[in-house]
Amino acid sequence: MSSISLAERRQAMGFCIYCWLGLASLVVVVWASFAYLSLDPMRLFTAESRGYMGDFVRRFFPPDFSADYLQRIGKGALETLAISAIGTLIAAAAGLLLALPASGRFGGVAKSLTRFLLNFLRSVPELVWAALMVLAAGLGPFAGTLALALHTTGVLGRLFAESLENAPREPALALVESGAPATLVFVYGTLPLVTPQLIAYSLYRWEMNIRMATILGFVGAGGLGQMLYYELSLLHEAQASSVIMAMLALVVVVDAVSAWVRRGQIRAGG
Amino acid sequence: MSFELSQIGLVHANGQRALRAITLSVTGGERIAIIGPSGAGKTSLLRILATSIRPSEGRVSVLQSNPWQLSGHELKRLRARIGVVHQFPPIPPRQRAITAVLAGRLGQWPWWKSALSLIYPADIAGPREQLARLDLADRLFERCDRLSGGQLQRIGVARVLYQRPDLLLADEPVSAMDPALADLTVNQLHSEAATRGVTLVASLHAVDVALRWFPRVIGLRAGEIVFDLPAVKVSDGVLRDLYASETGILPTQDNQPLTVLPAEEAAVNGLKVVVPPRVI
Amino acid sequence: MMSALPSALPPTAPLRDPAALSRAGWTLAALLVLWPLLHIAQFRPGDLFDARNLKVMGNFVGQFFPPNTSPEFLGFAFKATLETLAMATAGIALAMLLAVPLGLALSHSLSISRIGPGPGRGLGEVIRAATRFVLLVLRGIPEIVWALLLVRAFGLGPAAGVLAVAVTYGGMLGKVYSEILESGDTRPARALLESGSGRLMAFFYGLLPGSAQELASYTVYRWECAVRASVIMGFVGAGGLGQLMDQSMKMLNGGEVSSILIIFLLLVLLADAISVAIRRLLA
Repeated sequence: MSSISLAERRQAMGFCIYCWLGLASLVVVVWASFAYLSLDPMRLFTAESRGYMGDFVRRFFPPDFSADYLQRIGKGALETLAISAIGTLIAAAAGLLLALPASGRFGGVAKSLTRFLLNFLRSVPELVWAALMVLAAGLGPFAGTLALALHTTGVLGRLFAESLENAPREPALALVESGAPATLVFVYGTLPLVTPQLIAYSLYRWEMNIRMATILGFVGAGGLGQMLYYELSLLHEAQASSVIMAMLALVVVVDAVSAWVRRGQIRAGG
Repeated sequence: MSFELSQIGLVHANGQRALRAITLSVTGGERIAIIGPSGAGKTSLLRILATSIRPSEGRVSVLQSNPWQLSGHELKRLRARIGVVHQFPPIPPRQRAITAVLAGRLGQWPWWKSALSLIYPADIAGPREQLARLDLADRLFERCDRLSGGQLQRIGVARVLYQRPDLLLADEPVSAMDPALADLTVNQLHSEAATRGVTLVASLHAVDVALRWFPRVIGLRAGEIVFDLPAVKVSDGVLRDLYASETGILPTQDNQPLTVLPAEEAAVNGLKVVVPPRVI
Repeated sequence: MMSALPSALPPTAPLRDPAALSRAGWTLAALLVLWPLLHIAQFRPGDLFDARNLKVMGNFVGQFFPPNTSPEFLGFAFKATLETLAMATAGIALAMLLAVPLGLALSHSLSISRIGPGPGRGLGEVIRAATRFVLLVLRGIPEIVWALLLVRAFGLGPAAGVLAVAVTYGGMLGKVYSEILESGDTRPARALLESGSGRLMAFFYGLLPGSAQELASYTVYRWECAVRASVIMGFVGAGGLGQLMDQSMKMLNGGEVSSILIIFLLLVLLADAISVAIRRLLA
C-alpha cells in the first residue's frame, strides 16, 4: 500500500513542463530588464537611500494650506475641469462628424480614410498632442484643450461609428422611402436611436479626460499639472504637495461620482 | 467530553432565527445523526460546532475549550483539530485530487511544507490510502473538475479522513451518492471514528442511512431539538411528526418508501425494518 | 397614461409643445455654464492662426517628411525602445511585489477574524482600511506625477520611471487583485481557514487555483498599459523613448519626432500583440 511507483512519482509533479518553462522565461525577462537598465532593486532598500528618501519626503510636509494658495489651487482645478469639459465637447462633435463617413455612409474609400485618421488621432498619446499643440497655439490651457480634443476625437469617433453601424436601419429606411433628404433621415431616423449610447461614451471619456487634464500641464498646457511642474522646478515642495493632494482629491471625487452615477443607472435600468 | 452546548440560539444577520435553546452534550466516541426537514437548522448547528459561526446566545464548549474566548492562535489550533465534510465540497475545480486531500493538513503542517507540496506532494501514500478507502485510488492525480458530484464529495471526505481530526463533523456527506456508495462512505467515516475513538456528528437527509449507521439520532425542526433518542427507540410516529407528514413519505437515500418500527415491535409484526447497527 | 392624455386636454388649449419651455431652459443653462468654461480654458481659436505660431508649426511639421532614418539616430531610438520595454517590465515586476501582499491583506475572503467573528476583528478592519487608503494614494496620483517626483529623488533616467510604474501599478494591481480574489468562489479558502490553515496557504490551496488565470491575464494587460505609460514618462526625464522625443521636440527637429512617433505606434502595436498572445495562451 505504501510503496510509491516510479510512474506515480513522475505524475506527482504538480506543474506541467510548459508552466515551468513559462515561469523560467518570465524570470529571465524580468532579470534582463533590470540588467539592461543597470538597476539593482536591492540598492533601493539600503539604509543610505532610505535616509535620503526620508529627507526627500519630509520636504513635502507640511503642505501649503494658506487661503491664498488654496484659492490658486481652486483656480487650477477649475482650469483642469474646463480643459477636460471643452476638450471632450469638441471631441464629441468632431467625433460624430467623422463617425458618419467612418460608419460607411459615404462609400468604402471615405470609410477607410476616416478610419485611418481616427486611428492615428487615437494612437498618439494626449501628452504628445499637448507638446505639439503648445507649439501650435502657445503655452496655456487652450493647447491642453486642443490636445484632449484631438486624441478624444479619435477614440469617440471610432466608438460612435460602431454605434451607428449597429443601430437598427428600419426607422431610417422608412424615412428614405417616404422621400426625406439624407440629412433629415439621419437626424430623425438614426440619431435618436444612438443618442443615449453616444452620451454615455462621451461622459465616460470625460471622466478619463479629467484625470488626463491634470497632467497635460507638464508640457505647458495649463491646469494643475502646470502649477505642479512650476512649483517643483522652483523647489517649492510645500506648494507642490498641496497641488498633488488636490490632484488626488479630484481623481477620488471623479471616481466616486462616476461610481455613484453608474450605480444609479444600473438601478434605473432594472 | 467532545462538545457541550447549553441554551444555544442563533439569529442570522437578516434577523431570521436559525436555532433556539439547543442544549446538547456529547462524550468522546459517540456517533450521532442529525435529521430533520430542510431549513431545520442542521447546517447551522454543525457550523457552530465547527467554530465557523458564533452563536447569538448560549455557551459553547468544543474539545474542552470555549472557542470564542481563545486567542487567535489558539482558535486556529482548535480548528485544525475539527474536521468538516461539506455538502458541496469546497474544492477549486482546477485543483488535483491529491492536492485537495493534502489540504486537510494545512492547519497542522508548517507553512514551508504546505508551500513545497504545491510543487511536489510531501505525502503521496497518505492521500492514496484515504482515497482507496473510498474506492477512488485511481483518481489520485485527476483534476477535480473531471470528477462527478459523488466523486467530488468523496474527495471532500478523504480530505477530512486525512486530516485525522479529534471531532468529525459531516454536513450531508452522501447527498450526491447512490445508496451503495453512500453506505461505503458512511462506513468509512464510522470506522475512522471508531478506531480513533473520536465523535462523529453527521446531518443527513436520508432517514434510512441515519437509522442504519448511527446509534444516536437527533431530530431537529424549526431550529429546535424535537427528539434525541437511541436509534432503536426511533419510531415511525416520531419521524412522521418530525417531517410533519402524516401520510407523506420519509426521505431516504434510495427513494424507496420506508416504515420504521422500534426493533422490538418489528420483530412481532414482521414488517420491513431498518436494523440499527450492532457491530461496526 | 398615453391614451388618457388627449381627452384630458381641453379642446381650446393653445397648440404648444409642452416640452418647449424646459428645453429652452436647459439650453440656456448649458450656455451659461459653457461660457465661463470657454473663458477659463482660454479658448481662442484665433491663436492657431497667429502668424508666429503658424510659422513655427509649419516649419516643424514640414520637417516631419521624410522621417529621420539615419543609422545613428535609429540606433539611439532602438536603445530607447528597449529601455522603454525594460522599464515597463521591471516596473510591473516590482508592482507585483508590492501588490500581492497588499491585495492579500485587503481581501475579505482571506480574513480569519471575520469567521465567527473571532478575535482580532477590529485590528483586521483597521489594517484593511489602512491598506485601502495606501492603495488609493498609490494609484490615485498619476504615474507621470510619481515620475516627476522620483526624478527629483533619483535623478534623470530610467530608475525613476521604473519606480513610478511600480508605485502606480502596484496600487492598481493590489486593488484589482483583491477584487478578483473576492469575486470568485471563496468557499474553498473559507473552508481551509475554518480548518485552521493560515492565510497564505488558504490563498495558495483555496483561491489561487480558481483565480490564477484571471490574475495573470490582468497583470499582462497592465503590462501593456505600462509600456504606453513608460513612453509618456520620458517627458519628465524618466528615460526611454519619451525622453528622446522630448529632446527632439525641444530642438524642433521634425524628422526625429516623426520617426519616434512611428516607432512609438509600432511599439504599442507590438505590446498589444504580445499581451493578446499571452492572454490567449493563459485562457
